[in-house]
Amino acid sequence: MAFFKKPNFKGIGAKTREMPEGLWTKCPTCGEVIHNLALAENLRVCPKCDHHFTLGAHDRIASLADPESFKEIDAGMTSVDTLEFKGVATYLDRLKNYQEKTGLKDAVITGPAKICGHPVGLAVMDFHFLAATMGSVVGEKITRLIELSTKKKMPVIIVCASGGARMYEGMLSLMQMAKTSGALALHAQAGRPYINVLTNPTTAGVMASYASLGDIIVAEPNSMIGFAGPRVIKETTHQDLPAGFQTAEFLEKHGLIDVVVSRTKLRATLGQLLDYLAPATK
Amino acid sequence: MKLQILDFERPIVELEQKLEEIKSHVKGQDINLAPEVRKMQEKIEATKKEVYANLSAWQRVQISRHSARPFFLDYVGLAFTDFVELKGDRLYSDDASMPAGLATIDGIKCIVIGQQKGRDVKENLLRNFGSPHPEGYRKALRLMRLAEKFNLPVVCLIDTPGAYPGVGAEERHIAEAIAVNLREMMILRTPIVAIVIGEGGSGGALGIGVADRVLMLENAYYSVISPEGCAAILWKHRKHAPEAAAALKLNATELLKLELIDEIVSEPLGGAHRDPAAAAKSLQAAVTSALRSLEKVPVEKLLQARYDKFRKMGRVQE
Ligand SMILES: [Zn+2]
Repeated sequence: MAFFKKPNFKGIGAKTREMPEGLWTKCPTCGEVIHNLALAENLRVCPKCDHHFTLGAHDRIASLADPESFKEIDAGMTSVDTLEFKGVATYLDRLKNYQEKTGLKDAVITGPAKICGHPVGLAVMDFHFLAATMGSVVGEKITRLIELSTKKKMPVIIVCASGGARMYEGMLSLMQMAKTSGALALHAQAGRPYINVLTNPTTAGVMASYASLGDIIVAEPNSMIGFAGPRVIKETTHQDLPAGFQTAEFLEKHGLIDVVVSRTKLRATLGQLLDYLAPATK
Repeated sequence: MKLQILDFERPIVELEQKLEEIKSHVKGQDINLAPEVRKMQEKIEATKKEVYANLSAWQRVQISRHSARPFFLDYVGLAFTDFVELKGDRLYSDDASMPAGLATIDGIKCIVIGQQKGRDVKENLLRNFGSPHPEGYRKALRLMRLAEKFNLPVVCLIDTPGAYPGVGAEERHIAEAIAVNLREMMILRTPIVAIVIGEGGSGGALGIGVADRVLMLENAYYSVISPEGCAAILWKHRKHAPEAAAALKLNATELLKLELIDEIVSEPLGGAHRDPAAAAKSLQAAVTSALRSLEKVPVEKLLQARYDKFRKMGRVQE
């Protein structure tokens, strides 16, 4: 529903294009200048070249869940500075800063929802919050959602994005990998489907736990997906990296990803997969 | 091979050299220096106690990486008997950085798995500096399933700077290999004991670390990221690794306080490298005692306790 008129840029030289901040976004891939409302309407996917911009968790949920179906759980859960981490900035300062900047309490939103009529447990990570690193809150909220889904006999859908583990929580952070993967073991034993969606970027500790464990693994086009960072790999191996290394398409070719699908078709794809894997729950 | 000497060990080494000088002086001469020798020995012991009682987080990391520290296969030789190495993941290759096989510890037959470092260039090329590829984790899981099938407990000795960051490792999905181990170890129907013997490097360590009992040698470390890696990101330079090591709370005492490990296994004074046989004896006693207490637990109870143990890890505010 286009409730605004898209101005016509034809004939205007690139140099004279002015982009009032907050109104227009330039696509880093094709250079197209897109009105922010048009971009939002297209789920932050460039209408010209299919470049996928980062999508916040709330917008993602709105794009996937049936209207009014999502009921957030554990909304007030926040991180604790157990290690009293003292680096260049303290953990508490960082948390406060990101909470103010994003309006989020931490890097994941969870709750039961319906997708194309299917009841599911839905978790969506938000890269805007501390690069969606996994600390105790992310691990605990995801684990609770999986446990709830096992109990309610629901599929689990996790939309992943992450820079890795939350260093500020040290080993408490690493152990979230075991905790979430363990909860998925019980969910799998109960015979319920788990589908995860990899978005740009999904890496390290999250990739080495629930982001690699879907019965079906879906990815958004051109997402950076991997365990180690490309810079670390280059420094360690003194090797040139192959073209397209660690992209969704590269991993599809190498056998990790089932389906690469544009965000604009993600909801329909999930609905179709759920029709096959969870026909009884609709 | 010349023993690598860490900075903080220097006062001890100097005193030990002096003692040797006194002793060689005495040789063939008719003077009684026994009291001097005894005095010097006492001084050495006192200095050792002082130095080793006050080790910083970073100093322990250095001990955990000491080139003379006993590695996995040293412990297999010293604390286990009748080792039969079993190779390969039946999918792609064998990973020599993570040897595994059948072994016996104090009469208990088990599957033993661990990361193996090398002491020289040739060994390190073979062992890949103790950094496994996906095949290591997949071989480990294959042998854990074998253990489950034949009612053998699993013992994992962890000593890795991390899973290998390389092109092949990524192409064959190292993250997936680790993730699958985390999921499957949680429901493996046989007792699992893990012990961090040196470096517990992040996901590469945890990939064989989901266990009913998680033990740690006194000077080992277990961390979400290497101190150097953490320093490079948060302090913008690797030289701040000592500060990062302290901030990460990666030592056994800190991790026991956080209830992330179950038990600290003591090392000989000065670290396992100063007396590998004594270290092996200590490891053998701790692992055996853990195995004996677990073998009595019915498997459903064992699995519930394993799940609950990891389930409660993490601190949040609501
Ligand atoms: Zn574009």
